[in-house]
Amino acid sequence: MGLSNSSTGKKVSNNSKNFSHYDFTVAIAGNPNVGKSTIFNGLTGLNQHTGNWTGKTVENANGICHYHNQNFLLVDIPGTYSLFADSEEEKIARDFILNGNAYATVVIVDATLLERNLNLVFQIMNLTKNVIVCVNLLDEAKKKGISINLSKLSNLLGVPVVGTIARKKKTLNNLISTISDVCNKKISPSPNNINIFHDSNNNMEEGSKEVLKKIFEKSHEIVSEVVTIKDENYNERDKKIDKVLTSKKFGIPIMILFLCLIFWITIIGANYPSELLSMLFTNIEIPIKSFFVYINTPSWLISLLFDGIYRTVTWIVSVMLPPMAIFFPLFTLLEDLGYLPRIAFNLDKCFKKCCSSGKQALTMCMGFGCNAAGVVGCRIISSKRERLIAILTNNFVPCNGRFPFLITIATIFFTSAVKAGESLKSSLIAAFIVFVIICIGVGFTFLVSYILSKTVLNGSADCTLLELPPYRKPQIGKILVRSLLDRTLFVLGRALSVAIPAGILIWILSNVQIDNISILTYIATFFDPFAKLMGLDGYILTAFILGIPANEIVLPIILMCYTSASSLVDTSSIQNLFEILVSNGWTIITAINVMLFSLLHFPCATTLLTIKNETKSWRWTAISFLIPTIIGIVSCMLINLIYHIVLIFI
Amino acid sequence: MYMTLNNLKLNEKAVVKKISCDNKITRRLYDLGLLENTLICPIFSSPFGDPRAYEFRGNIIAIRNDDATNIFVEVL
Repeated sequence: MGLSNSSTGKKVSNNSKNFSHYDFTVAIAGNPNVGKSTIFNGLTGLNQHTGNWTGKTVENANGICHYHNQNFLLVDIPGTYSLFADSEEEKIARDFILNGNAYATVVIVDATLLERNLNLVFQIMNLTKNVIVCVNLLDEAKKKGISINLSKLSNLLGVPVVGTIARKKKTLNNLISTISDVCNKKISPSPNNINIFHDSNNNMEEGSKEVLKKIFEKSHEIVSEVVTIKDENYNERDKKIDKVLTSKKFGIPIMILFLCLIFWITIIGANYPSELLSMLFTNIEIPIKSFFVYINTPSWLISLLFDGIYRTVTWIVSVMLPPMAIFFPLFTLLEDLGYLPRIAFNLDKCFKKCCSSGKQALTMCMGFGCNAAGVVGCRIISSKRERLIAILTNNFVPCNGRFPFLITIATIFFTSAVKAGESLKSSLIAAFIVFVIICIGVGFTFLVSYILSKTVLNGSADCTLLELPPYRKPQIGKILVRSLLDRTLFVLGRALSVAIPAGILIWILSNVQIDNISILTYIATFFDPFAKLMGLDGYILTAFILGIPANEIVLPIILMCYTSASSLVDTSSIQNLFEILVSNGWTIITAINVMLFSLLHFPCATTLLTIKNETKSWRWTAISFLIPTIIGIVSCMLINLIYHIVLIFI
Repeated sequence: MYMTLNNLKLNEKAVVKKISCDNKITRRLYDLGLLENTLICPIFSSPFGDPRAYEFRGNIIAIRNDDATNIFVEVL
């Protein structure tokens, strides 16, 4: 669910050009999930997103680290188990180490899984001489009673070895000084190679089995010399937790419970700050407005600024900020704990039935944050066929742009029957409704994946191994900062940058009149008959179409359409919203269809562009647009039809 | 006769004797250190019984039963 600029893939690919001056290029390599990104961030001060699961970093990311008057360009390459190219990220990693002109390569290894990690160390030592081994997660190892003799390891490997605890920045000083020493030739590593590649690069794939056998024999030998374990059963606690979280009885219920709990906390937590913000914005609107009147601003401009821009922008801040500020940290918490791979593990059989990859569960989780990020994340799936399925179905997971919308509508319509004061009950109902919507989305994900893999994307399941990393203690403080700064502000910024032009456009559409009827009304009237068939109205459908740049602005557009005729402005309370919508003909069936269509409609512009980038094909992009849209239209029409038939008989 | 990995009971330790999965999976298993003579043990299974999680060389890796039928082991 990485959602910084880098993870949506805009800035990363060729940004080495951005750094004009550096003295040495240093590659940062390592197995997946060993804390590479954390070390990279610690050294460069960049905010590469981190999380406790395999395959977080899917592209090279660059950053500068300044040390003793020298600049080191650090390149964070995707985590790989090996360099025998297989998946996308392994190709990227190997290509960079071979051709990226890195002077030195830091291989980060997990202190708790040294034996497996040494495999990559040996492979890299065969490609380049200047290797520095960084034994990370020493704190985790200590907790498990594992201690490693670092100097002995260094002797056996023939390269410098540095121990780090990536979360403690102090321990990174040692690493950067060693990097500097190697680059400045103060230390010259002389790796004790196992001669595995006859020439340098082309024979990598030949006899890989024999090679790996040799490497693992050697690794095993080294580990038995340098690692001492106090208690052989150090993993027992993790295993016990896993046995509960993946058990027949509790596995699925606990998963559902976690999800519902997150929604519920988000809903009750966001309610009050939302109202507060909304009140605040309504109150400060008056003095700002009177200031503009005071300086003789023309009245059309005031209307444009306030009815158009101000109202859209403040709406987005007050409705979206609180749920995001609560939802993201909670989700990051689950991510850091290492729970996401367990979700993939629990659901793997369902994906297998659809002939798709179990890792699709992970990309779906990313989709909860942002579908564009989810689509980029699909690179962790190595088979092209399965990756396409995951990309095409990612939109069935509601992203955070649609969450506040779903939550608001659910709260307005499904809890209004509950008496005021019973806020606990109403928030539980709202959480349940959102959960049901997500289940529908997941259901369609499976259905569409199944249909795709039986028709156009025919084939059977591919490489299906999934690593279940050890649980890690999340760092609460860092989670808050990371998720607030990286994700919440990023998404909010994106929404706002769309909101301003959208606000202007809508204001123009609703204020420019032809024959006393606004353009917006013309458009809405045009769509109205069709929308009515779907149980919506013309304004709602227009709002969805105008909301292509960002789903966040759909509800503000709907409200602006409704309120632009009358000047009913106060949207500060749920009750007011309810009244505005009801007075414009909304019923419970409208609410259901709106929520359904919000779940099942075309991806936003950013996601579509990302799909184009990832698939390199307009055809698949068009298909990714059409599938959810057609499903959405048909489902809404069906539900509307059923509702009306039921009405006749009642 | 060796038995296949999917028939191994939970917490039953075994030694891998032969891996004949398709190429990609075999290679990935090698990368992770699952080679002939590696010690392996199924430690828990997913709610639907497939896949199961196996421990070897300190890793915990989920392997689908379809793949596990192509891995031959000898119970210790």
